[in-house]
Amino acid sequence: MNSSQLLSLVTFIYGFSATFYIAAWIFKKTLPATLAKWAAIAGVVINAAGFLLRWRESYALGYGHAPLSNMYESLVFFALTIVVIYLFIEIRYKTTVVGAFATPIAFLAMAYASLSPNVSDKIQPLIPALKSNWLIAHVVTCFFGYAAFAVAFGISIMYLIKNRAPDKETGILARLPGLNELDELTHQMVMFGFLFLSIGIITGAVWANSAWGTYWSWDPKETWSLITWFVYATLLHARMMRGWYGKKIAYLSILGFGAVMFTYFGVNYLPGLHSYGAS
Amino acid sequence: MKNTNPVWKFFVSVKLTVFLLLSLAATSVIGTLIPQNADPEIYFHRFGPFLFRLFDVLDIYDMYQAWWFQLLLFLLIANIVVCSIDRLSATWKLVFPKKLTFNPSKFEKQKEKKPFYVNESPSDLESKYTAFVAKKFSRQHMDKTEEGFVLFAEKWRWTRLGVYIVHFSVIMLIVGAIIGSLFGFKAFVNIPEGESVDHARLRNSSQVQPLGFTIRNDDFDISFYDTGAPKEFRSSLTILENGQEVFKKDIIVNDPLRYKGISIFMASYGEMAPERKSANDISMENIHLNFTINASGMVYKRKAEIGKPVAIPEGHGTFTLTAFEPEADFRGQNIGAALIGTLTPVQGDAVDILLPLHFPNFDKMRRGEVVISVADQKQETFSPIKKKDVRYYSGLEVNKDPGVWVVYSGFIIMIVGCYITFFMSHQQICIQVTRKNSKSRVLIVGIANKNKIGMQRRMEKMAERLADSR
Repeated sequence: MNSSQLLSLVTFIYGFSATFYIAAWIFKKTLPATLAKWAAIAGVVINAAGFLLRWRESYALGYGHAPLSNMYESLVFFALTIVVIYLFIEIRYKTTVVGAFATPIAFLAMAYASLSPNVSDKIQPLIPALKSNWLIAHVVTCFFGYAAFAVAFGISIMYLIKNRAPDKETGILARLPGLNELDELTHQMVMFGFLFLSIGIITGAVWANSAWGTYWSWDPKETWSLITWFVYATLLHARMMRGWYGKKIAYLSILGFGAVMFTYFGVNYLPGLHSYGAS
Repeated sequence: MKNTNPVWKFFVSVKLTVFLLLSLAATSVIGTLIPQNADPEIYFHRFGPFLFRLFDVLDIYDMYQAWWFQLLLFLLIANIVVCSIDRLSATWKLVFPKKLTFNPSKFEKQKEKKPFYVNESPSDLESKYTAFVAKKFSRQHMDKTEEGFVLFAEKWRWTRLGVYIVHFSVIMLIVGAIIGSLFGFKAFVNIPEGESVDHARLRNSSQVQPLGFTIRNDDFDISFYDTGAPKEFRSSLTILENGQEVFKKDIIVNDPLRYKGISIFMASYGEMAPERKSANDISMENIHLNFTINASGMVYKRKAEIGKPVAIPEGHGTFTLTAFEPEADFRGQNIGAALIGTLTPVQGDAVDILLPLHFPNFDKMRRGEVVISVADQKQETFSPIKKKDVRYYSGLEVNKDPGVWVVYSGFIIMIVGCYITFFMSHQQICIQVTRKNSKSRVLIVGIANKNKIGMQRRMEKMAERLADSR
């Protein structure tokens, strides 16, 4: 079995997990939640195994590089980081409802990687610009940031849903965590994401300086990562210094994730240095 | 003391911060949608005369260097500096108080209070709890009460300074960037194999920058994967001073040569004497063009001649070939032989179009209603193979940036500062122990300046540990 087949399997496992998390939330059952959790854990293990197998396969082909060099590989890693961060939340905060909003994002990332005709799962050799020790540090930190923002986005959506009837005592809205907890969790995720996005931008800048002789060149991907950074910096300042709370923070978190998505996908349609991430 | 200077009041506002951050985010988008520093002609074709002038006045074609963008950055820095100074004195007094006192009333206000009971007397618990707290907190203080004792402890008071560390790092980045632009340079030079230079041409100006030493290009090499993709560009360089070889290094992308504060990067390469076979690629009497109409998806092939208008199918206007260029240039890149023509749509202005013989998809970039390409041409994929008799030149980026170490220090300080600001908090606890018959009633209250939910969870864990009367 090669890594692509293994990773296609992960798509189904995440789909299964997402479905059961949603079912557990809607029907207020514990069995689907348990199934969903174990599926997510199995998914993470197989996802990581697929990632490592692909790394080995690239050595077998004589290219020998970490599988973090194109769209397919980044999507696989993105899904992995989302579920890892989610499972951390589930274990630490002892809640399964967040799973209904986080695992679907991982499922969509894997489904897009496996099924989209625009995303090739072929292992390609590294072009000269990508041959650097900074590749792993840069991509891994960026994607931990992206994944934390993805989870924050899911939680912000939960906040807005819950906010429609926060005092209801029965029904699916009642089973969402309280507004305060959701707000605090969004804030925690954004701080985590912001730290990693900052490290990601910094490692990228140091890398650019060693490859092209300039640490900042306003390339579209660089600029969009900075736009994302500005949006989340706004959120953090508004919350800590202006006491913004709840709905406003949820909207900013959604806007920030929009910027993340554009940095990740949209920029590929613009001309610039980062074009190798496109296919 | 509050400063009432109106300028100060303007810059001390966090509303201004939010406004500036969102304005920077919004305006930065423009430069990613409109390619920066391209040929003015390209902009003119794309936007037409009115928008072209408007964008030109607003410096949109080089917007990150434009006065208004730099002004936004300057305002943000002023905002950061003023806000930090304004708040620092209060924080400083908190972090370095003249006398450290524990204020019980702060803890009494906390809502979450869950006392528990331990089967030991307060005097037995005293030493146990003091030792436990000493391990986890940096500072503690005990007050005896009639029925027991109250233990205060705290740690990480200094983390209140975290946010100033982050703000300081942002200022370091800006200072480093300014040092770089004042005392550094960005230049490039093409050196043919076997030749030497002692200067480079500055970017964004046509001036020449002397280097103070000579660079000799001993050899250029390019290698390919079996897929045809380039694997490595390598230039073997020698640095000479007063005719003496002082330093030798092979540079590749991601591994530059650094000498006397100047860095030399492998940026591009080219052939010294391009072959002129492309001029014969096409017979002027027998040119066919393909017109792909986007709306219908139909492709029409039409014969064309220089100077004679051709009607574009489906009523999209006319197209006239005007010239043939054996070595056409697009944004400074040689794209080989190309035809040039004028497209006159039914509505709107006429556009000049470049049709490279070897890149049939080139005109798609224009995103027009119709895509034009030269028919019946060999479709090459761009893959230069090194030939024996061809001499190459190495395109080198030659930079000096004395500010880069300030920027890098700023990077490290920013990461450390963000970690402190987000994940460390000033934590204070109060453990109250009172005698209840033969038992002790214990109450733990904790407060933190950040992440209050996390602090509560820590207090619950601590209560579990302290309730365990082993």
